[in-house]
Amino acid sequence: MGATRDTPPIPGVINEELPRLQAELARDKPMRLDSGETIGPFTAAYTTCGHLNADKSNVVLICHALTGDQYVLENNPLTNKPGWWQLMVGPGKPLDTDRYFFVCINVLGGCMGSTGPKDTNPDTNKPWGLEFPVITIGDMVRAQSLLLDHLGIDQLFCVIGGSMGAMQVLEWASKYPDRVFSAVPIAGAARHSAQNIAFHEVGRQAIMADPDWRKGNYLREGAKPKGGLSVARMAAHITYLSETALHRKFGRRLQAREAISFGFDADFQVESYLRHQGSTFVERFDANSYLYITRAMDYFDLAAEYGGVLAAAFEATPVRFCVISFNSDWLFPTEESREIVRALNAVAANVSFVEIDTDKGHDAFLLEEPQFCATVSGFLEGAAEHRGLARK
Amino acid sequence: MSQTSSINRSVLSETSSLTRYDLEIIVTMINDGSRVLDIGCGDGALLDYLGRNKAVDGRGIEISQDGVNACVANGLSVIQGDADTDLEYFPDDAFDYVLLTRTLQATRNPREVVSHLVRIGRHAIVSFTNFGHWRVRLEMLLRGRMPIVGDEKASWYDTPNIHLCTIRDFSKLCDDLGLKVQQALSVSRAGSARRLNSAGAAANICGEEAIFVLTRE
Repeated sequence: MGATRDTPPIPGVINEELPRLQAELARDKPMRLDSGETIGPFTAAYTTCGHLNADKSNVVLICHALTGDQYVLENNPLTNKPGWWQLMVGPGKPLDTDRYFFVCINVLGGCMGSTGPKDTNPDTNKPWGLEFPVITIGDMVRAQSLLLDHLGIDQLFCVIGGSMGAMQVLEWASKYPDRVFSAVPIAGAARHSAQNIAFHEVGRQAIMADPDWRKGNYLREGAKPKGGLSVARMAAHITYLSETALHRKFGRRLQAREAISFGFDADFQVESYLRHQGSTFVERFDANSYLYITRAMDYFDLAAEYGGVLAAAFEATPVRFCVISFNSDWLFPTEESREIVRALNAVAANVSFVEIDTDKGHDAFLLEEPQFCATVSGFLEGAAEHRGLARK
Repeated sequence: MSQTSSINRSVLSETSSLTRYDLEIIVTMINDGSRVLDIGCGDGALLDYLGRNKAVDGRGIEISQDGVNACVANGLSVIQGDADTDLEYFPDDAFDYVLLTRTLQATRNPREVVSHLVRIGRHAIVSFTNFGHWRVRLEMLLRGRMPIVGDEKASWYDTPNIHLCTIRDFSKLCDDLGLKVQQALSVSRAGSARRLNSAGAAANICGEEAIFVLTRE
């Protein structure tokens, strides 16, 4: 590509210059979706950090989780809070911005700048709402690959992500093995379990039961299903924690009172905490997006397209894998990761697998976990050595 | 029955980063650039050595979480797993060498594990403590106590080794499984290795440790 450090081929890749980037994709030819429908042109919003090297061999794609977004490091402009993976990404961090160039893309169907149900349907000039096509993890990854084409990035040194991000990582490794040098699926699964579909259904029903949801047309009608979305978030948030973590954090402690009220106020700290989680979430997330993205996760079953044989999804894969799970994660338990590892072993793939000992539950990948950090940085260091990415 | 081998510690000086003499010998048996699976790889010292000095494409399985974490943090490709339950997922002939060093006797089903080794790898290299050694025999005879051997120095109730065997026992297992013993060494604590042929009665008395290289017929 003849790119050099002095003349970056991608306008605005250095994120100090352009903190929030968007690209219009599928302009000439609409992108085919797994549902059979097509979409395009559509917008992909993303952020970058670090510096792209001359031969573009140091690109790390970060895939965000269900309610995550592209703001991994820089402050989220909506909440003004630090990026969601600030503990992991930065100079000298396990995901080292001094060495690698990071790209994180808001998923298709999201609500942080990538095209989703809250955007305007060009055919009707009204918000998509439920007219937005149902999307899958495969569609999200296809959209990401189009963005990378647009950026002129052929190969990813690494694709990494937790939870739904891990699903995208697996999809990437399976569908684009030649574009992925290494893959780190964290706290993920190769298919969404019945229990997890069940939890998602509870969340969706809470949204759809809110009269302000207006059959999905709340934006057109100037309403917002805050109550429903908030309950969905509260229920989901419980699944991200462990019983031990909840107990340690709150126990049965009362919220700003000396005694129970014999009523239905938030007597307990844990109630107050969940209500807070719910009410802040509705400020930043679109209810229909929540429906679409949870559906995408439910539909994810990587082995299904390969006759139910997960190993076949990775046949002769050249990708180096590092599968990571957390022993207190009951939403994506270690057994799910082990399933992936077995499939990779069955094709003699290069795979590392670490179960991190923590009591923080599913959300541990977002929190300070020294063993987790050591695993990620050690694996990347080894992969970088094999990729010929010399240390500065 | 046994003859002194040409292998001795003096020619193994380049393996100084390895602290176990069975490993010092095993690394000399592995060709450069081969694919190696080390079962029970511990902290990954052997894989690390083979990767750096022999350009080996190495993988490991380790049961202890601390061991796995250390390996992966060191850039090695290692999975948390169990020799008894996880070998069945590997395909035939996936590796040039499958190593099982000082781990055999800690497995629940050694016979099955050995069968998997030669299925997954073109060669299997197994090292184990020889419980037929004269000191072990003497200890039983004179003191009437279970022998304490190896580096573990663990009592009978907390040793990880649950299926103890002698060189002769292992030779018989190889026969029963129809395996070809390509090479068999008995090793003394001082690190000198002797080649042994067939059952090797002397080796079974003198060798503190054994290293077998196996293939399918």
